[in-house]
Amino acid sequence: MNRRSIALAVLGAILIALPFMVGNYALSVATLILYFAYTGQAWNVMMGFAGQLSLGHALYVGVGAYAAGALFFYYGIGPWAGLWLAIALCVALGLVIGFLAFRFGISGVYFALLTIAFAEFTRIGFDHFGWTGGPGGMFLRVAQRDTWDLANFRGPPLMYYYAMLALTAGAFALCAWLLRSRAGYYWQAIREDEEAARALGINAFRWKLLAVAISAAMTAVAGVFFAFYYNNLFPEQIFHISRSIEIILGPVIGGVGTLFGPLLGAAVLTLLSDGITEALAAFGLDIPGVKQVFYGLVLLGVVMFLPHGIWPAIARRLRL
Amino acid sequence: MSLLEVRSVSKHFRGLRAVNNASFRIAEGEINALIGPNGAGKTTIFNMIAGVYAPDAGEILFAGRPIHGLRPDQVCAAGIGRTFQIVKPFAGLSVLDNVMVGALLRSRNAADARRLARGIVDRLGLGPKRELPASSLTLPDRKRLEVARALATRPKLLLLDEVMAGLRPTECDQMVALFRELNRADGTTILLIEHVMRAVMALARHIGVLHHGEVIARGTPEQVVRDPAVLECYLGEETEV
Repeated sequence: MNRRSIALAVLGAILIALPFMVGNYALSVATLILYFAYTGQAWNVMMGFAGQLSLGHALYVGVGAYAAGALFFYYGIGPWAGLWLAIALCVALGLVIGFLAFRFGISGVYFALLTIAFAEFTRIGFDHFGWTGGPGGMFLRVAQRDTWDLANFRGPPLMYYYAMLALTAGAFALCAWLLRSRAGYYWQAIREDEEAARALGINAFRWKLLAVAISAAMTAVAGVFFAFYYNNLFPEQIFHISRSIEIILGPVIGGVGTLFGPLLGAAVLTLLSDGITEALAAFGLDIPGVKQVFYGLVLLGVVMFLPHGIWPAIARRLRL
Repeated sequence: MSLLEVRSVSKHFRGLRAVNNASFRIAEGEINALIGPNGAGKTTIFNMIAGVYAPDAGEILFAGRPIHGLRPDQVCAAGIGRTFQIVKPFAGLSVLDNVMVGALLRSRNAADARRLARGIVDRLGLGPKRELPASSLTLPDRKRLEVARALATRPKLLLLDEVMAGLRPTECDQMVALFRELNRADGTTILLIEHVMRAVMALARHIGVLHHGEVIARGTPEQVVRDPAVLECYLGEETEV
């Protein structure tokens, strides 16, 4: 076993044992970290692997959440069926965006703008869509939470933690496999130099669409989790551009295009945010905006001193 | 039988006639060269063969089938490999992974592609550097990497765009020996654009000379270097002093 697999096994063991070591609050923080690690991993497939910058991933979270949420709300259909509708809708949306962009040569910043536009007009659309509650939101019935009702994905915080852990582990394994497959090599070639990639027989259009489809499908699953974890959905919150930015911060800080970057970035950012809140409370500082200033300063520091993210620097140091 | 046939091909960029009614053919198994002063339209012809641009007029046949209008990836899949004059390594990937990307075209899986890529990397003398990122290579090595990547797609026809430029004479001779070997052992047909006459004279069976987008001479190396039209385009007209 190499050092990397050992590190991974240790990390996995700690995460599985975590609920028995900490309380409910810490468990909810851990669930949040895993949620961002998972969505970051999904975004990373598009940007980190294939080099296509999406600034509108909240679109897939929102559509996934609303699709599964509405099925449950109106027809009592559980998330295991809703999941497939969520994935199908998000993949279709992703393919439409990808087709428009890649077919007409929209790339780089302009592609990113297109992804923002789709997320924004979906948000506005849902604001005017009475069936899902419009701006007033949609509320899923919250059942008692002591027992595990896996069929309807209802249960104690522990259940959500393990569900998110399984998703994150699955996404990690999927991405590790993708990177070593034909798709991974082709995506990286396209990311590094699309013209050279095409000259080597790569149909860039098709492979970029595949990256978008996989990324959208993975993010849709996060949306379903979101719906059944938070139980209330508002267009203003779920589709907002700040949600999209939140998704990409983890992998950007952790290391774009790396497997561990999204995990590490999500942990660092969530703990940092919580840590600043607690530190400010301990010092009795209660000035609005102070937390954001500290948070911003740390992000600035990371981007300035570790432009490739935290993970590549750590990996070098630990020879992982 | 000619493997590649370029028939009366033209390409304009706005007002500029980059290539004007150019025709030539390359027999299977030969090494041919396209020479001419800077701006003569050599790279534009390459780009038309490789599918980067569609010609405004004329046709390009590969193994008897028309390929003008195909996308670059389709041209490559049809059996034409190309290098870029301004090298385009996948900078963030290792040397071996660069070549693997090409090798995947005709391999069933990554393991097969890796085996093929290893052999090619060694053949190009990049073996000791195969785990290094491509961004760390010197220019001559980047040129070798261009060739390695194109070779990994197992082309029937290899288009080489100034791969000798910047090489020292001994390195140039190594490259010449490699292309001879490729041509002899694998039967790869080669078309090279080259300014380094040492390499052109050593390799090419036939040479076409391009000037202002037109083919002004063709023949064996000996014929071409004595052709008055060729001398004129390189050295200028004789004038009375």
